[in-house]
Amino acid sequence: MRIKSKFNELNEKKKAALVTFITAGDPSLKDTKDIVLKLESSGADIIELGIPFSDPMADGPAIQLASERAIKSGATLTKILKLVKAIRKQTQIPIILFGYYNPFFIYGLDRFAKDAKKAGVDGVLVVDLPPEESYEFKRSLNKENLDLVFLLAPTSTSDRIKLVSKNCSGFIYLVSVTGVTGQRPNMNYSLQPLISEIRKYSDLPIGIGFGVSSSKQAEEISNIADAVIVGSALVRIIEKNGNNIDTVLKEMGDFTKQLSKACYRV
Amino acid sequence: MQTNYKFPDDLGHFGQFGGRYVSETLIPALLELEKSYIEIKNDKGFQKEVSHYLSEYVGRPTPLYFARSMTEKLGGAKIYLKREDLAHTGAHKINNTIGQGLLAAKMNKKRVIAETGAGQHGVATATVAALLDMECEVYMGLEDTRRQSLNVFRMKLLGANVKGVSSGTQTLKDAMNEAMRDWVTNVRDTFYIIGSVAGPHPYPMMVRDFQSVIGHEAKKQIIKNEGKLPDLLVACVGGGSNAMGLFFPFIQDRDVKKIGVEAAGEGIDTNRHSASISKGRVGVLHGSKTYVLQDENGLVKGAHSIAAGLDYPGVGPEHSFLNDEGLISYTSVNDTEALDAFKYLSEVEGIIPALETSHAVAHVIKIAPKMPKDSVIVICLSGRGDKDILSVNEYFEKDEKMHQ
Ligand SMILES: Cc1ncc(COP(=O)(O)O)c(C=O)c1O
Repeated sequence: MRIKSKFNELNEKKKAALVTFITAGDPSLKDTKDIVLKLESSGADIIELGIPFSDPMADGPAIQLASERAIKSGATLTKILKLVKAIRKQTQIPIILFGYYNPFFIYGLDRFAKDAKKAGVDGVLVVDLPPEESYEFKRSLNKENLDLVFLLAPTSTSDRIKLVSKNCSGFIYLVSVTGVTGQRPNMNYSLQPLISEIRKYSDLPIGIGFGVSSSKQAEEISNIADAVIVGSALVRIIEKNGNNIDTVLKEMGDFTKQLSKACYRV
Repeated sequence: MQTNYKFPDDLGHFGQFGGRYVSETLIPALLELEKSYIEIKNDKGFQKEVSHYLSEYVGRPTPLYFARSMTEKLGGAKIYLKREDLAHTGAHKINNTIGQGLLAAKMNKKRVIAETGAGQHGVATATVAALLDMECEVYMGLEDTRRQSLNVFRMKLLGANVKGVSSGTQTLKDAMNEAMRDWVTNVRDTFYIIGSVAGPHPYPMMVRDFQSVIGHEAKKQIIKNEGKLPDLLVACVGGGSNAMGLFFPFIQDRDVKKIGVEAAGEGIDTNRHSASISKGRVGVLHGSKTYVLQDENGLVKGAHSIAAGLDYPGVGPEHSFLNDEGLISYTSVNDTEALDAFKYLSEVEGIIPALETSHAVAHVIKIAPKMPKDSVIVICLSGRGDKDILSVNEYFEKDEKMHQ
């Protein structure tokens, strides 16, 4: 419900949602909490928390390294749910867990859905779980009213768009390019035809991510989609500043403010 | 005893295993691949082309050699070696790359990529790319580029670009991650030639089918030699392609026992082995649900084996299924036993086996003496050991020093 009301609220403000991704536990779980609060106070609308995985096949170097740092710091799905619970005491910002299927599967799908709901999670996005393989997890999540967000890509055919639209909830995550996550200075905005195609089958908000790293890109996306998703560019701030959390927070805050401003439609 | 074995289902499932666990960007490519594969599978022209290359280029059929000295020395079952080491490039891997390479050409892909551990699949892919005039990129963990340096040189000679992978454990698992990342980026013009019966559907099925030539030939050959089916088939299992290749044509023959040999590394009760079926837990890795070595939080563990081609924390999903159905048994052999078998076969039969293959040989050395003299074993001699002589030499030298 938090996701839906957030999009409604932003629509009235004529703002695209700014969705910010960081890997939970990078550089530590405690820092993640401070970063989330900072992101929110700087204008982020939805938080995506990456669940670190040993084999992040869909990620470029920035998020691979973030995942390694988080695993080293001891972040596990169990601890991340605890973290969300703690964050939830201080903010109502929608939180989506973003990860690979295996950690959820091993946690136990029903058990995860129950614990995630209790902790205050709003939705889940599993990169390597297409609709065909998702029915079991979807059943578990439905019971707890948690959203399951799916990806669409530039390679998606009408059949795929139909199938994803039928199964997706929360919003549709449109991958801007074929490729892994990571910053791309030059994005190719021939996404309009794909967006129109998706619109034929779904009323869900559409977010665009993978490669977004500047206010200029955020501005362009805001005018064609409902959400701007930024990950690697934020994660790089942690990579650059290591354990100097004050600098991380300051730079995250400044960058997020810029991005947030760019999300207002003109 | 005949039953109808019809796996995988339309979505690539072998019971609870297999499937297609990849990001949405790749799904259309996998669907297209599946469609093209099913077309050529039933296309006589294509099958003729594959057969042509397998006989004229690869040198098939490979011999089924009766290992007389080994049989006499061990004093039990009759031992036959299915000589995949004699196939062009020195391992079974070429059976699969010929098939996938020709399919890539059919699909008008001009660039192929591959992951490799031992380097045999990388060499086989580079070979086919040279043959069919395609651009070729091979991903290989840095640890493996060191211990299989001869194969790195071969790939380069064949015109392939070898990309050392420095992430994670720097072995096969990480090479596969990197190959997947390349594929998702270049999916429109690149064909990913996966080297084992692993990965998302249709790969496990397709690679199994291309490798089945091993078992089809062996069946004819053993009937010609012995007038009956063998009692036991033995093969090493990394991802499991040489094993599936030998076993699959016998899958309906329930009286033919089949044993897959995993790598026990430094011991199955240590943290350093690659015995995914024996010690793993059901999970999802590299696009399919299968047995995976992992911790209690679902993070995949690094595997270990002296044989780079077995050093992998997962296994092809059909093996997981066949294990649970009780249709194939799995056991494991450790580094030392494999090294001993490497030496043994070299000395006794004049055949230097790959370190991967040595695992299968080692298991037969253990069990053949206990079997009746009129029983028959076929080992899949998946590859030759030339690639391993440098690292085996290092091991023996270290070992000598330790015992001085
Ligand atoms: C000679 C040889 N045998 C076996 C293997 C293991 O692969 P698979 O289990 O797919 O046959 C390899 C892999 O590199 C190999 O080179």
